Amino acid sequence: MQAIAERSPLLSKYETFERGLPSHPESIKHLRRQGKDSFEANGLPTTRQEEWRKTNVAAIGRTSFERVSQDTNSLSHEQIRSFLLPDCIDLVFINGRFSHKHSQLEDLPKDIFAGSLANALVQKPELVEAHLGQYADLGHPFVALNSAFIEDGAFIHVPSGVTVEKTIHVLFLATARDGTPTVSYPRNLFVAEESSQVTVVESYGGFRDDRYFTCPVTEIVGLANSVIDHYRLGQESLGAFHVATQKVYLSRDANFFTHSINHGGALVRNDIQALLDAEGIHCTLNGLYLARGSQHVDHQMRVDHAKPNCHSYELFKGILEDRARAVFNGRIYVHQDAQKTDAKQSNRNLLLSKGALVYSNPQLEIFADDVRCTHGSTTGHLDDEAIFYLRSRGIGEEAARSLLTYSFAGEVLDEIRLEAVRKEFEEFLFTRLPKGDIVRQAV
Amino acid sequence: MLKIENLHVRVEDKEILKGIDLNVNPGEVHAIMGPNGSGKSTLAQVLAGREDYEVTEGTVSFLGEDLLEMAPEERAREGLFMAFQYPVEIPGVSNTYFLKAALNASRKHRSLPEMDAVEFLKLVREKMKLVKMDESLLGRPVNHGFSGGEKKRNEIFHMAVLEPRLAVLDETDSGLDIDALRIVSEGVNSMRSDERSFVVITHYQRLLSHITPDVVHVLVDGRIVQSGGKELALELESKGYSWLEKTYDSTAAVMA
Ligand SMILES: Nc1ncnc2c1ncn2[C@@H]1O[C@H](COP(=O)(O)OP(=O)(O)OP(=O)(O)O)[C@@H](O)[C@H]1O
Ligand SMILES: [Mg+2]
Repeated sequence: MQAIAERSPLLSKYETFERGLPSHPESIKHLRRQGKDSFEANGLPTTRQEEWRKTNVAAIGRTSFERVSQDTNSLSHEQIRSFLLPDCIDLVFINGRFSHKHSQLEDLPKDIFAGSLANALVQKPELVEAHLGQYADLGHPFVALNSAFIEDGAFIHVPSGVTVEKTIHVLFLATARDGTPTVSYPRNLFVAEESSQVTVVESYGGFRDDRYFTCPVTEIVGLANSVIDHYRLGQESLGAFHVATQKVYLSRDANFFTHSINHGGALVRNDIQALLDAEGIHCTLNGLYLARGSQHVDHQMRVDHAKPNCHSYELFKGILEDRARAVFNGRIYVHQDAQKTDAKQSNRNLLLSKGALVYSNPQLEIFADDVRCTHGSTTGHLDDEAIFYLRSRGIGEEAARSLLTYSFAGEVLDEIRLEAVRKEFEEFLFTRLPKGDIVRQAV
Repeated sequence: MLKIENLHVRVEDKEILKGIDLNVNPGEVHAIMGPNGSGKSTLAQVLAGREDYEVTEGTVSFLGEDLLEMAPEERAREGLFMAFQYPVEIPGVSNTYFLKAALNASRKHRSLPEMDAVEFLKLVREKMKLVKMDESLLGRPVNHGFSGGEKKRNEIFHMAVLEPRLAVLDETDSGLDIDALRIVSEGVNSMRSDERSFVVITHYQRLLSHITPDVVHVLVDGRIVQSGGKELALELESKGYSWLEKTYDSTAAVMA
């Protein structure tokens, strides 16, 4: 009785959840059990733990969340439309469950699997088993928690030599249910086999200030010579907790680009990790976070250079207003074997108000001797000189600030190769910036 | 056009302008020369509305209005233009579109209809020729990665598009090769009219042989110590400033 009484509320009704699952391969059941055991043993992290020092997740432990199992029809197309991108294959999930009604798979080429993990576990268990849980670290409390609840999510498998022309958009929408906070554990797996190519947009969204908790784990596998373009759009509701882990595993000559853009959520934590496990890999991890009000957004980056001759580039920028907080912790590990590593990391933050705060900590750990690594971090305000320059040409002060803020974001924006995402985000900035209409004219 | 009376300016407790009087009539070109650190850029920046500088005494009227009361953008919209000694790079903001926003802000201020893209492009092409700007500089972000000379030329290009009533050019000639200097001067000369005035700050007589000033002023240590015709510039070129500094010292001594 004692053990049950102390159990985290996040694991309450766990047995009911387990009983409701269809029959899954033994390895998946095992993964779930390991996740549950690990989370049960360690619980939620506290600010005494180094990696959680600046991000307090205690509120997640205090809230009682409801898992919503089967109401994927509860949102209308109208509600979803603003989250969709033009000309994509859409996989839509509501509160963590795949929605047939809202998904759009017509243009999916036959030899590619893109759909619900729950389906894949029944239809193609061997494809899933080969990779699921192989990369994300169960020692991470939220990876453990997510693993305990593996049930659904997006699974994309691109076979050798195949190029997927259309972008695959994986969209997770969450809702609070009549005011009751909900929780979902999307589990995603994207596999690009040898010499394949795919573009995936992974979005998370919600409505108004709905309270809910989204705890996704995404494993991305780029096998030899594959090209993956990945975008992550965080547009959660302003009441949401979002704690995500993204683990990227790359093989020889793989090319991986990811751009993480976040402006939603009350408390957001993104762990983005890449393991460069063979030679000749190019890995780009870019991002942009915007926070205001009392939003808190934390990015924990980790790039492991395990083998020689790989390149990694990271550019993360943040724009903070009001009393918003941002944490950026960038770690690059260059292992002993990884000679001729070329790694660059930079984090730049723009503070638009006195109350905003950034903790930025780029770190390098180098165990090889012939490498080129740079890292840097800056945090500052808008340049008075530039504001004055614009004003002296007749641009109003607020418009000048908006223009320069846009210009700050522009460096990341320009690197976004997928036009639909770039446009979407530009549009977002135009509506967000106080004089967005002038910015729209001037860029 | 511009009337400055007894202007005193300080920055961080240091008095930089110590009583400037200057009267620029419509159609006139005034040159201001003076040694490094004498306060030329300070004067230009104060006119443009830079907030770091504190005006402790004096008045400035522009087209009959109290200039010091206006925000920098209002001054620009009223027809004041300053070409920066060090133009600022603004990545991510297009040189042309930004200028369109600026021009339309001014037009709106004067109750003129906003220019649409087609009209604006026509205007831009016309003005571009005036300063022989390379077309590629139009699409690039404002001054971003421009060479020193390109930046200066871009300032003149901005001026040409915005068509101010009064343009203050702060060392627009410095660092220009002779061809660029000629282009910039021709740009300025083509804009001279009875309605438009210029204050040209420079170290070099060279510029003034292209742009003939009506009046030359010498600014030393925050005061205009000498004013005269265009010959004064030649005299300065051969003698330097020291003879003026001396005269000025002795007058100060006499007055003390
Ligand atoms: N923002 C500032 N803070 C402190 N001192 C300043 C500031 N701006 C100007 N000064 C000082 O005021 C004095 C005048 O500077 P100003 O730039 O006006 O000179 P200038 O005549 O334009 O010189 P130059 O020919 O070198 O361009 C200098 O001593 C300079 O150091
Ligand atoms: Mg100067």
